[in-house]
Amino acid sequence: MPKKCTVIEKEDVVIRFSGDSGDGMQLTGTLFSDTAAIYGNDLTTFPDYPAEIRAPQGTVGGVSGYQVHLGHSVIYTPGDYADVLVAMNPAAVRANIKWTKFGGTIIIDKDNFTEKNIEKAGYKTDPVIEDNLDQYNLIAAPISSMVREALKNLNLDPKTILRTKNMFALGMVYWLFDRKLKYTEQFFEKKFSKKPELIEANKIALRAGYYYAETIEALAPIRINPAPIAKGRYRSISGNTATAWGLLAAAEKAGLQLFIGSYPITPATGILEELAARKDLGVKSFQAEDEIAGICASIGSSFAGMLAVTSTSGPGLALKSEAIGLAVMTELPIVIIDVQRGGPSTGLPTKTEQSDLLQALFGRNGECPVVVLAASTPTDCFTYAFQAARIAVEHMTPVILLTDGYLANGTEPWKIPSMKDLPDIHPPYASEQDLPYVPYKRDPEKLSRFWAVPGTPNMEHRIGGLEKTVKGTVSYVPENHELMVGFRDQKVARVAARIPDLKVSGEESGDLLVVGWGGSYGYRVMAVNELQAEGYKISNVTFNYINPLPGNVRDIFSKFKKIVVCELNLGQFANYLRMKYPEFHYEQINKVQGHPFTINEIKEQCLKLL
Amino acid sequence: MNETITNKLTPKDFKSDQEVRWCPGCGDHAVLNAVQKALSELGIPKEKFAFISGIGCSSRFPYYMNTYGFHGIHGRASAIATGVKIANPELSVWQITGDGDALAIGGNHFIHVVRRNLDINIILFNNEIYGLTKGQYSPTSDKGLVTKTSPFGTIEEPFSVGELVIGAKGRFFARTVDANVTLSTQIYIEAARHKGASVIEVLQNCVIFNDGIHEKVTGKEVRDDRTLILKHGRPVIFGKDNDKGLILEGLKLKVVKIGENGITENDILVHDAAEPNPGIQYMLANMKYPEYPVALGVIRAVPGPTYEKELENQIEQVKSKSKIKNMDDLLNSGSVWDA
Repeated sequence: MPKKCTVIEKEDVVIRFSGDSGDGMQLTGTLFSDTAAIYGNDLTTFPDYPAEIRAPQGTVGGVSGYQVHLGHSVIYTPGDYADVLVAMNPAAVRANIKWTKFGGTIIIDKDNFTEKNIEKAGYKTDPVIEDNLDQYNLIAAPISSMVREALKNLNLDPKTILRTKNMFALGMVYWLFDRKLKYTEQFFEKKFSKKPELIEANKIALRAGYYYAETIEALAPIRINPAPIAKGRYRSISGNTATAWGLLAAAEKAGLQLFIGSYPITPATGILEELAARKDLGVKSFQAEDEIAGICASIGSSFAGMLAVTSTSGPGLALKSEAIGLAVMTELPIVIIDVQRGGPSTGLPTKTEQSDLLQALFGRNGECPVVVLAASTPTDCFTYAFQAARIAVEHMTPVILLTDGYLANGTEPWKIPSMKDLPDIHPPYASEQDLPYVPYKRDPEKLSRFWAVPGTPNMEHRIGGLEKTVKGTVSYVPENHELMVGFRDQKVARVAARIPDLKVSGEESGDLLVVGWGGSYGYRVMAVNELQAEGYKISNVTFNYINPLPGNVRDIFSKFKKIVVCELNLGQFANYLRMKYPEFHYEQINKVQGHPFTINEIKEQCLKLL
Repeated sequence: MNETITNKLTPKDFKSDQEVRWCPGCGDHAVLNAVQKALSELGIPKEKFAFISGIGCSSRFPYYMNTYGFHGIHGRASAIATGVKIANPELSVWQITGDGDALAIGGNHFIHVVRRNLDINIILFNNEIYGLTKGQYSPTSDKGLVTKTSPFGTIEEPFSVGELVIGAKGRFFARTVDANVTLSTQIYIEAARHKGASVIEVLQNCVIFNDGIHEKVTGKEVRDDRTLILKHGRPVIFGKDNDKGLILEGLKLKVVKIGENGITENDILVHDAAEPNPGIQYMLANMKYPEYPVALGVIRAVPGPTYEKELENQIEQVKSKSKIKNMDDLLNSGSVWDA
């Protein structure tokens, strides 16, 4: 097939690996991004996979993808469209062609384009015609037959041989981008240390792909030079791991042992898995019988003096609602992490959305305020998990941390922090001087109560879900209830004094302020940066503290002619702002497709307002 | 629990300053007394006790105990107690629950706390009715019971607590009667000393909504013949004149009279609470009047590893092998590079 054009930019490039969910595309993408990160590129990744572990082979529903965006400058998003698409079967082409830049490069395994597979993918006749593949730089490599040939002397079964297809494709991509094979080969040596034949097989397949691409001169190799990133030691980290580590860091800084009580749920499970593996740091992880038991055990551990955490996703947060109320009533510290996914109900388990905001803020019976935070990049999940734990402990309150599927699974290079640079966390233990211990006596400034942990002599007390007096006696006195409701409300409101101001990215005044929260950060920043470069008076703010809101919101909002709230739901944050700051008018940019925004979508909508 | 206490505690030390608000005549009063008595004999300092409850009449119990206490939400006491015990295995953790709290709304948590064998003592007040919501049938109500939500009689088979505990791989099950403070105190002490989840079913009388529900078995006039108190290693003998016993006939228990048909005391089944195979204990736990006497006392007590200790052991093992000793180690572990 003739080469039509090459549209790959030199500053940055987006590569999408895709295939059947059993084809190992997540691993392939991870290995590629690790190599790029070590080389010094900045990058962001976005795994996109089906909920089914092995959906029917060869169908569009079973396609698993992993997108990497790497560049010579700072990379904020995994990219809208791929410059290079690796598609291991017809279904992968079918599913991803709309995410591939017109005229971009598509690498396919020619051997998999059988009549049967083409039909399974939903093509009626010929993919080349139906998807205009001749308008792309199509590299149709006989990957399956090449690995069969390359590995024929290794005495492996045919199935094992075919499983190295992904490494052949990866080898091709490495040649295209002038990358070394060293790090990936080291990975094989570590991963298969007990199966030397697999080290050999994967190395051969990887090299075969590399040399194949060189031989056919698939494309002029492209170099993307390292990004000017700050000096220091780096590692690659996903949002879920960063969340887990932020909690661990907070436990260390608070001098507390970490407890996590959770029930597996996509896409939050990675947090429980990571913490279950961290017994070396003394984590007590408890896989509960259900979501409710997860949070209730956490509340029990908090009562008994641990840093208590439960992790979940939307439907699980719904199940935990009553128990969150119990933690509000008993005024115990607990961090609840909601890795948002498409809802309602089971919804779209593996897809991303920002539609649990109002549930987090208000989804409970009674006057039931909690602190709500949201992370906005995979790496700042560390920061906000740490902050969530700090606020929970120091203010004796439940804190909900919102992340989402996109942040949870996305990875970025991360400059490793040093523990000495993180603030200490001070648990407000009840003091021996204040005996007798009064359970609901409050810190005059923060209004938080003091923590008396079972096992401490002379501080025996009872707390629970029933309304109490300051002394902890059950009370139905109307005035007492109103007093306690007010205390709990004000306690959360006063957290505002101990959170940072909102920062505007761009000019402090202008025609349009793009407002967002959480995981839409990168797309907003890119869209606003591009519009600024085009001369528009546009700025961006990202809210990470949702309840309470930072103190300077009004000042910032009042300096822009228009405000547009950009979020992956039907307008939950916009409505929250309408309630909190009704004096402003809010435009909205919304999307509810289970996918992040594209930069262009945001730009186009902003342009209509400029 | 290593500290020696110089002053022995008395039941009074465990009474809180709260006024006990159960109905006069309610069986809960007697349970409270027996528990306070048992606790004073355990030699454990007061601050090391934690009482965790769910919702229901009995779940007000922690307020009346001068210990650490947590009054939870409906059905979730097992889960809350699990967190407390895992957090601090040195605490003596007691879960107070009822037939609705533990077996209906909290059924899932109940079977799993038993299965995991956390060292928690669970006192299950079984009055076969919902009291706090004023008289609806519960999962232990006899089939056909007429209540406010079953005006024509229930059409459900009830749970048997012992059967459920054994089915959930429970290692300690005992049964007592609210009014029998002596037996109850002994059982609570044994439960506290047993390492692992201990479930004690208390046949408890709700004086308002289900008055006398256990009376046909536990009433003063009839109890000697209609109940039997099991003791580990002793023949299973009961009756006003200590002349009745149980034998195993085929695969079933049978009530026999000593001295009749050539039966002597040597033929009577000897109770083995420590036998891991729960077969006979299961039959004993399920005995129902009038075919059998109702078994009281410790029916099953088989030691086994507890969840919280296994967890701590695992943590120690991993810690001793891992190079990661603190957060800085973790942050710099694995694949890192310098820019």
